[in-house]
Amino acid sequence: MTHLIVFLFFGALCVAGAVNLLVQRHPINSALSLVVVMASLAVEYLLLGAEFVAAVQVIVYAGAIMVLFVFVIMLLNAGEEERTKGSRVALLFGVPGVLVGSVLVGWVLIERTGSQTVSAGALPGAPRTIGWLLFHNFLLPFEVTSILVLIAIMGAVVLASHPDADQGKKEG
Amino acid sequence: MNITTFIIVSFIKTVLALFVLLTAVAYTVWLERKVVGHMQNRWGPTRVGPFGLLQPLADGVKFLFKEDLTPPHVYKPLYIAAPIIAVMCALTSIAVIPVGNWITIGGLHIPLQITDVNIGLLIILGVTSLGVYGVALAGWSSNSKYSLLGGLRASAQMISYEISLGLSLVGVLMLTGSFSLRDIVDAQSGTFWWIIPRWNIFYGGQFIAFFIYLMSAYAETNRIPFDLPEAETELVAGYHTEYSAMKFAMFFMAEYANMITVAAVASLLFLGGWHGPVFGPPLLQALLPVFWFVLRIFCFLFLYIWVRGTLPRFRYDQLMAFGWKFLLPLAIANLVVTALVVALRS
Repeated sequence: MTHLIVFLFFGALCVAGAVNLLVQRHPINSALSLVVVMASLAVEYLLLGAEFVAAVQVIVYAGAIMVLFVFVIMLLNAGEEERTKGSRVALLFGVPGVLVGSVLVGWVLIERTGSQTVSAGALPGAPRTIGWLLFHNFLLPFEVTSILVLIAIMGAVVLASHPDADQGKKEG
Repeated sequence: MNITTFIIVSFIKTVLALFVLLTAVAYTVWLERKVVGHMQNRWGPTRVGPFGLLQPLADGVKFLFKEDLTPPHVYKPLYIAAPIIAVMCALTSIAVIPVGNWITIGGLHIPLQITDVNIGLLIILGVTSLGVYGVALAGWSSNSKYSLLGGLRASAQMISYEISLGLSLVGVLMLTGSFSLRDIVDAQSGTFWWIIPRWNIFYGGQFIAFFIYLMSAYAETNRIPFDLPEAETELVAGYHTEYSAMKFAMFFMAEYANMITVAAVASLLFLGGWHGPVFGPPLLQALLPVFWFVLRIFCFLFLYIWVRGTLPRFRYDQLMAFGWKFLLPLAIANLVVTALVVALRS
């Protein structure tokens, strides 16, 4: 019973964080709302018995990626967004669109899998199991993903470097 | 153990651990002032109590009664939240740190640890990585150039060094095969070659990892020689320039609590935790492991202060180059070699 209450509480917190992310007009507040979403997702994983995934969720998403988000926002010193006519249109069509979309997704999920719930610890969540899955059953996708990330990093380095400045150095 | 006893025992353990940790934080500050003072040929605090021992108390009272100034140009919600985040993250990690073996009081078998979870080490890493927000948000919300530069430096530095810090711990995890800090310490009991203790730093050949951990720990806790985020000569006080009174004290507490956590993790993972010679009557046998553990932490803290009194501050580009071009490749090489050894042994 306590389990269910905690689960529902953090589920609500997660959704509230996501809504707040959209409502807030300052980028820092939005980024921090996303941190709340990540953290409450981690608690949900923990309640489902996947403590390793929960810890990784906090370390990777909340602790590293979101810090970089905040870092970039601080670096660019981004100010508050302004409301334009476009944003009013987006609000007008976006809210019904999101409602229809989520109802569709929910319907498909219930139709496909039935409405039975997953009990805590029913799915593999131990570090050993996850490691085994990653390095045996899903080795190829895992390696391909890492190469994809590597390509993205190299692309960022290429975009960020100034070839003109380097040439100037060589000539000088 | 039923649920009521469990809650009562956990509550007592938490209160005790927090009390000890906060006292330790206060006296680490005293120790630092005293030791650095003697290194620089002066006395350090001497006026309040014998040897200045009551100085932390006087400082605490001063912080409490000082005017809590909030500059008009700050972004208030985050300005107030930042020190709370910093000190909360710094104090949370004590929950999973074991300080000794099991003890038996009145028929209850209690572990000397608030809670033993099977992902203990990951929890410490996760909570520490959240601590960056305190520093980064303090820098940003203060709305002053020194604070902002300090916050930016801090977040860049902490993210960079977190990678080599994490990688240096993986070797130990591979040797032990568990994330639980208690399991890691238990695996280091006994000796090999008759005399040398079976600590990971000796037996597992993790001394390179220990060195990497040590270096990264200085950067993670913003200590000299890597205290760029609060470099006084360039940034006044870095990210906490605009803070005063208790809010400033909270950043101070967070820094020293982080130092103690880092020292505790180093002792648990590399230096055999609470293992040491145990003898005498039952009470002494129960308390000696705790003493050995605290002694290790003390030595680590002394090393911290010693380094502070000895080394100059790095330049920012040197800091980044050292982290990315030296520590990271070294950590990866150590990881590969350890993996090879573990694979060949099994």
